[in-house]
Amino acid sequence: MNLFDYVRPASVAEAVAAASKPGAAYFAGGTNLLDLMKTGALTPGKLVDITRLPGLDRIETLSEGGMRIGAMVRNADLARAPDFAAAYPAVAEALLSGASAQLRNAATVGGNLMQRTRCAYLADPASVCNRRDPGAGCDALEGENRTHAVLGWSDACIATHPSDFCVPLVAFDAVVEIEGPEGRREMPLEEFYLLPGETPEHESVLAGGELITGLRLPPEAADFRARSRYLKLRERTSFAFALVSAAAALQIEDGTIGKARLALGGVAARPWRARSAEALLRGAEPTAESFARAAEAALADAKPSGDNAFKIELARRVVTRAFLLAAAGTPESVPALPASVFSSDTGVSIHA
Amino acid sequence: MSLSVTLTINGDRKDVVLEDPRVTLLDLLRERLHLTGTKKGCDRGQCGACTVLVDGRRINACLALAASLDGAEVMTIEGLAVGGRLATVQSAFIEHDGFQCGFCTPGQIMSAVGLILEGDAGDDPDRVREGMSGNLCRCGAHAGIIEAVLDAQKRVAGEEGKAA
Ligand SMILES: Cc1cc2nc3c(=O)[nH]c(=O)nc-3n(C[C@H](O)[C@H](O)[C@H](O)COP(=O)(O)OP(=O)(O)OC[C@H]3O[C@@H](n4cnc5c(N)ncnc54)[C@H](O)[C@@H]3O)c2cc1C
Ligand code: SF4
Ligand code: FES
Ligand code: FES
Repeated sequence: MNLFDYVRPASVAEAVAAASKPGAAYFAGGTNLLDLMKTGALTPGKLVDITRLPGLDRIETLSEGGMRIGAMVRNADLARAPDFAAAYPAVAEALLSGASAQLRNAATVGGNLMQRTRCAYLADPASVCNRRDPGAGCDALEGENRTHAVLGWSDACIATHPSDFCVPLVAFDAVVEIEGPEGRREMPLEEFYLLPGETPEHESVLAGGELITGLRLPPEAADFRARSRYLKLRERTSFAFALVSAAAALQIEDGTIGKARLALGGVAARPWRARSAEALLRGAEPTAESFARAAEAALADAKPSGDNAFKIELARRVVTRAFLLAAAGTPESVPALPASVFSSDTGVSIHA
Repeated sequence: MSLSVTLTINGDRKDVVLEDPRVTLLDLLRERLHLTGTKKGCDRGQCGACTVLVDGRRINACLALAASLDGAEVMTIEGLAVGGRLATVQSAFIEHDGFQCGFCTPGQIMSAVGLILEGDAGDDPDRVREGMSGNLCRCGAHAGIIEAVLDAQKRVAGEEGKAA
């Protein structure tokens, strides 16, 4: 790990000022930042510790409806907050399907949004990577790429965004609140992330010194609470990143779908909202056939970026199954094995 | 850039001067305070061998910066037994053969203590397995580990019941 300066500002304004200098990085839970500093993939000259900033650790119900979550709320605390889990059960399920209990206790909302891709070449300074070193090339193109993107990728970068939490957030139109040297701004989380194009080093719209202060979930998001699920395919039952995941939510009236929401994880450099699939479901019956058609539409533009064509069919099946689970209704509590295909519909494991 | 931090470790207040801010909580415990019960397996958050409680919550000490934890209360495996009397989780690990080589054991036990404090898993074996998935065991002692945690959970719940 490189040597760095360490500062612990007392206010958001001080933090923004301290982080506006080149080479500075915010330190929140540290679970992604320290990991990448240990390999030498990241070498910030200054860490701006935001763990003691006042006011960023609140979960609030807004008077106009919806909820606001401070950037320093720990992932475990958010998943466990009863009002939050009741209103946005798929978000709670996604949070609990991520990482381990220890990591969720440390990881923050802001850090989860800003975590870097798990592309192994980004973490390894001995490899070339356009995200780490713009213009250097991309070792993943001809390397280990079976977990890489099938949507929205470019020849400059085929990495995926690894977060589970962000997938239902994008499905539910979450808004990110940002404070920076130029003042405040906010935008839908979906637009916060950038696709790689020719400039994969720009992963989000965040400019130097800008701090995520919180997230808002709009009131309409809670209208899906009776039928919303997160389903995550991974290479072991727990403590693994998603190969492919989906957040699926429905409103059903008189046997017909009113509104549908769908976002996929593990398929692109940002959580992938599939509006064409949502549109197809409007007015349809909640059947396996309708959901398969929606899945087909969601993956219509998908193409393999390497040894990963299997992810396209896998994603279709995950989407279909996530909608079937959503249609069956949100379980009363988050299943014992969150977001797992090894949980039955009632939330009880089918393992012996 | 030297930094002084104060931590309460297993009930004892420790004032430590760090030569530079790179020191993780794990390295501070092992290298500076010689509390080597907490193990370093992967040093990357992937194995759970370094699990300790910070302010009552289980975390991976390898991905925590000591400087950032100034003022915190840390509990390690060394702090669990009181007056030579093993804690419930420790006894349960022995009774259920919850280990073989023992390398992962301090992390497993601290994680189990954290899990029981969280109170979400109850007596559901799936929830306990899921809740313990951040702790790998290279020897494959998981079956005994899960039995030990379930038993410890039951005993702790029983004691609370009696107290109430
Ligand atoms: C072994 C392992 C397994 C994991 N498995 C999963 C998984 O299955 N699913 C999943 O979703 N995640 C997983 N994770 C990732 C984990 O969720 C992230 O490491 C965590 O969410 C990052 O949060 P943090 O607070 O620790 O961020 P930090 O490490 O402190 O920061 C991460 C980045 O965000 C920046 N940052 C932090 N806060 C802010 C802010 N408020 N404003 C602007 N920038 C900010 C930092 O500068 C840094 O660049 C795993 C991690 C590990 C180590
Ligand atoms: S896929 Fe992206 S992150 Fe991975 S090596 Fe290529 S440029 Fe870097
Ligand atoms: S040493 Fe910390 S998780 Fe492996
Ligand atoms: S007992 Fe040997 S690693 Fe778990």
